[in-house]
Amino acid sequence: MVIRLLRYIGQLAFLAGETATSIRVAPMRWALLFKQVAEIGFGSQLVVVVTGAFTGAVFSAQTYFQFHRLGMDSAVGAVVAVSMFRELGPVLTALMLSGRVGASIAAEIGTMKVTEQIEALRSLGVHPIDYLIVPRILALLISTPLLVAECVGLGIGAGYLVATKVLGVSKAYYLTNMLSFTTGRDIKMALIKGMVFAGLIGFIACEEGLKTTNGAAGVGKAPTQAVVIASLVILISNFFLSFLLNIFFPAGAY
Amino acid sequence: MIEVYDLHKTLGTQEVLCGINLRVHQGHTHVILGRSGSGKSVLLKHLVGLFQPDSGRVLIDGENIAGLKERQLGRIRKKVGILFQSGALFDSMNVGENIAFPLRESGLKDEDLIQAKVAEALEMVDLAGEQEKTPDNLSGGMRKRVGLARTIVSKPACILYDEPTTGLDPIATDSINHLIRRLQKRLKATSVVVTHDMKTAFHTADRIAFLHEGRIYFEGSTQELRDSTDPILVNFIEGRSGESD
Repeated sequence: MVIRLLRYIGQLAFLAGETATSIRVAPMRWALLFKQVAEIGFGSQLVVVVTGAFTGAVFSAQTYFQFHRLGMDSAVGAVVAVSMFRELGPVLTALMLSGRVGASIAAEIGTMKVTEQIEALRSLGVHPIDYLIVPRILALLISTPLLVAECVGLGIGAGYLVATKVLGVSKAYYLTNMLSFTTGRDIKMALIKGMVFAGLIGFIACEEGLKTTNGAAGVGKAPTQAVVIASLVILISNFFLSFLLNIFFPAGAY
Repeated sequence: MIEVYDLHKTLGTQEVLCGINLRVHQGHTHVILGRSGSGKSVLLKHLVGLFQPDSGRVLIDGENIAGLKERQLGRIRKKVGILFQSGALFDSMNVGENIAFPLRESGLKDEDLIQAKVAEALEMVDLAGEQEKTPDNLSGGMRKRVGLARTIVSKPACILYDEPTTGLDPIATDSINHLIRRLQKRLKATSVVVTHDMKTAFHTADRIAFLHEGRIYFEGSTQELRDSTDPILVNFIEGRSGESD
């Protein structure tokens, strides 16, 4: 188990190294990059917006129900905003992307692998890392922080509407407390987490696609593996990342 | 010219190639025969660097490609084109885009010239005017022809065919056999054809090698193969399994 885990980490590191080499030495395929940004970034907006908005709304309501008993209604905005920036926004966006984008990348590359299309690329003198992996990884790195920002923004907005319009929290206190407790450090933490998760989703999905064998059965397995592994890695790495980033961007400090 | 010396390759626990030696002369068509699973396709893919040997040398125009890194193989692959068993068309592109792909990747920007070359390649494989079709609307034979058009569009010095007639009906098989022969005359390319189809072998070959248990068991002209009395060769040529009902 440990050896398998270490081998897998090694494979991901090798793929990341090859990708970095490709970015350095191979010409950038801008058309493919823009296409991937449109598919990954633009195409994932609906799922991210819905997830962010409803999570922010329900989180705001639950926080209100607990805080109301303590007479802390006006603190709801601060809790929702800080939680959305530091944890919920990046993690939920990454989990949604691993399902939507990670599965799609693994299935597409896996199908190309078993139908000899990747060998065809190689035989035509085109490095598969340059053509398939680099545009997808870069598109994820560009799109994910923006999607995280969208998710957080919608979550905070929905939380505000639920708290002030439905639950009767004072708008002025809600906004004042939210702005006092939310700082640039929270925004940086959200964006950095988004970038890290983007890399993890991309490399895991590409690795699962590239190692696909065994025809249709293998193509069926690749996206499942990509989503399961990426989701677990996001949740586990988020725990350690939160502690690490809290050293550089401490929560609640002024 | 293609030369292979003492090539060994093990896949998993099975030694697929056990010391292959082969020379394919410039402009000739060399057919590699053998039963399914005998390692023919593995041998063919070594000739374009898609597989790396465990030991041995593969020389393309005198340059050893064994051990070259993927990025170093790019210039070798401009000389050697391969037609895959399934055609291996990119299903995200139509026929015209598939054939134009190697031209665009080699840096050609003149769209009129690209379209002219695509049209010429399609004409060579008897599919003139089919640029707009998508791969999922093509029959097995047509996919192989388009794959062949993509291989020949950049005029490689050597063309490798991996089971070019497998899965095709007899008429389509005959048509592909004639096409291989015609292309050989027109492009003067060195060709290596991997097949287990005797009609393809006899129709296209200048020389034939028979792969058996990971080794070249026989090598000679088509006439020498026809005249052979070796039971393994005779059984293969006549399609006899030795089993009875």
